Amino acid sequence: MKKSLALLLVLVMAMSLFVGCAQPAPAPAEPTPAPAPAEPAKEPAKTFGMVTDTGGLGDKSFNDSAWEGLQKAGTEFGVEPVVLQSTKQEDYEPNLGNMSQQVDLTVGVGFLFENAMKAVAEQYPDKKFGIVDMVVEMPNVMSVVFKEHEGSFLVGVIAGLTTKSNVIGFVGGMELPLIKKFEAGFRAGVLSVKPDAKILVNYTGVFDNPDKGKEVALAQFANKADVIYHASGACGIGVIQAADEKNFWAIGVDQDQSAVSTKNKVLASMIKRVDTATYTMAKAIVDGNFESKILDLGVKEEGVGYSDGGNNVSAEVKAVVEKYKQAIIDGTIVVPTTEEELKAFKPVTLQ
Amino acid sequence: MEGIWLIISIIVPATIRSATPLIFTALGGNFSERSGVVNIGLEGIMTVGAFGAVYFSYITGSPWMGLLGAMVVGGLFGLLLAFLSINFKANQVIVGTAINILAASLTTFLLVEVWGRPGQTNSVSAFSNWGPFNIFTYLAFILVAVSYYVMFKTPFGLRLRAVGEHPKAADTLGVNVQLTRYICVVLSGVLGGIGGASLSIGSLNLFKEGMVAGRGFIALAALIFGKWNPLGAAGACLFFGFAVALETVSSNLPIPREFIFAMPYILTMFAVSGFIGKSVAPAASGVPYEKGER
Repeated sequence: MKKSLALLLVLVMAMSLFVGCAQPAPAPAEPTPAPAPAEPAKEPAKTFGMVTDTGGLGDKSFNDSAWEGLQKAGTEFGVEPVVLQSTKQEDYEPNLGNMSQQVDLTVGVGFLFENAMKAVAEQYPDKKFGIVDMVVEMPNVMSVVFKEHEGSFLVGVIAGLTTKSNVIGFVGGMELPLIKKFEAGFRAGVLSVKPDAKILVNYTGVFDNPDKGKEVALAQFANKADVIYHASGACGIGVIQAADEKNFWAIGVDQDQSAVSTKNKVLASMIKRVDTATYTMAKAIVDGNFESKILDLGVKEEGVGYSDGGNNVSAEVKAVVEKYKQAIIDGTIVVPTTEEELKAFKPVTLQ
Repeated sequence: MEGIWLIISIIVPATIRSATPLIFTALGGNFSERSGVVNIGLEGIMTVGAFGAVYFSYITGSPWMGLLGAMVVGGLFGLLLAFLSINFKANQVIVGTAINILAASLTTFLLVEVWGRPGQTNSVSAFSNWGPFNIFTYLAFILVAVSYYVMFKTPFGLRLRAVGEHPKAADTLGVNVQLTRYICVVLSGVLGGIGGASLSIGSLNLFKEGMVAGRGFIALAALIFGKWNPLGAAGACLFFGFAVALETVSSNLPIPREFIFAMPYILTMFAVSGFIGKSVAPAASGVPYEKGER
């Protein structure tokens, strides 16, 4: 009797495992405009959804930004977007597969989806897919990538003009070519305005551990860094908390992160319009002109840039940054994307 | 030379900060295992502790209430483990695993219920630093000394060790085996809860899914490493903390980064494979006590 009760209790607890993955959380309640009654027999609107990477919703960065774009498209087209969260990398493929059975367009948010996307898009050739941050050349996949190095260059200029100690930090997530692009662009930006600045570079090795981001930032601060730029997903929350604690400047990434800081220590943010990317894909599927193509969004296309949500960038600094921005648009500055290109890069002075 | 001092001045505090949550949890495991109950559920207890701390800090606006909440929530999960493994004599490893799973799904569920979105909570009021560390670090070291004293210098400590080594003998001498185990397992839940709180409202100010990231298991490894002794366990925690701290300065060292990232796990494997010499578990650890059984 006692044994069976114990077994039952254990079973109940084990079953709770499935609570987490029961169904995709519906979009946070948002009044979707009622379909206009004047249009009867309208074809049901195309639906769309996204699968997050392990950073998850609430990272106040990449995934949240992607979700914003879909929500915007959702309100505009009267469709409720859906989202599935991945808690580990092994979830990507099943999540994409499940999502594609529910909606017309499935977006994988992040370059880590590359292999999963290839496999799933091949498995369901009649379904449409989108991927952000990575190029997957398949007939049913639209890819959006960004020139992150250009945006990083601009915040590098801001960092270079702001530092007092002449030491600037960069905190990356996983050491991958994509994140190297941020690093190269950022360093080029700093060197353009402060050729003698020392730049500390560290990688946390993960994207989902704020604690690690904080420790790395504290270590850089101990090495006299007074402006730290991060491209490390949710680790960046820790970088910004370290900035609050030790009173130095942090530079946010992907979207305006000034709200993450409780003491307004986010100097600026490199913004990457992931929302534009997901919105564009959702609009394409609704408008019926979805096609397999690669969109490469840079400063010129307003796909990347910088923001100053905390009003911490002075007008003089902004004026200089705008000059560099124009130079990138005009093509007079070609921002490096790799270590090798950075070595060959000649800092351009435009003051 | 200056460079070396700089690296030391970074590594030492980072080691202590990284070890703090491990120390609480390892102490919790120590009490539980010394009394004869294996607590695999520490990972889950840390998770609910981390969540409870943020939740109570969120609704009351005080990190102290958050800490208290974490202790209560952790204690309740300890009680669940105690109830199932002492009263029902269920397999302790399985109950512990179930607690880990329950904790992960429950916090994911409540996160959406309370904050309306998955992923992570908003920022809540957390403990600020006193000097180089936050309050948890000081508390951890005080508790190491207190635990050692209780376990080896008090009558209660003697009883709890007796219950873990030879419950029948202890029972014959009039020690209440069930009650002693209950107290120790609940205590391990409370300590695990504080360990979780030290992550969520100590080093950060929010709860994020998966933020415990295996620390509960690393604490268990530290316990084995430290030979079921609070002082040894604390030393082992510092050692694991050191491995984590090395990562933060890894770019200044001539060692491949991947190797350093893998260090805590490699050390854990060394620890559990008996690298540190004979490490003997309390004899009755993991064995339910059946009164009157031959």
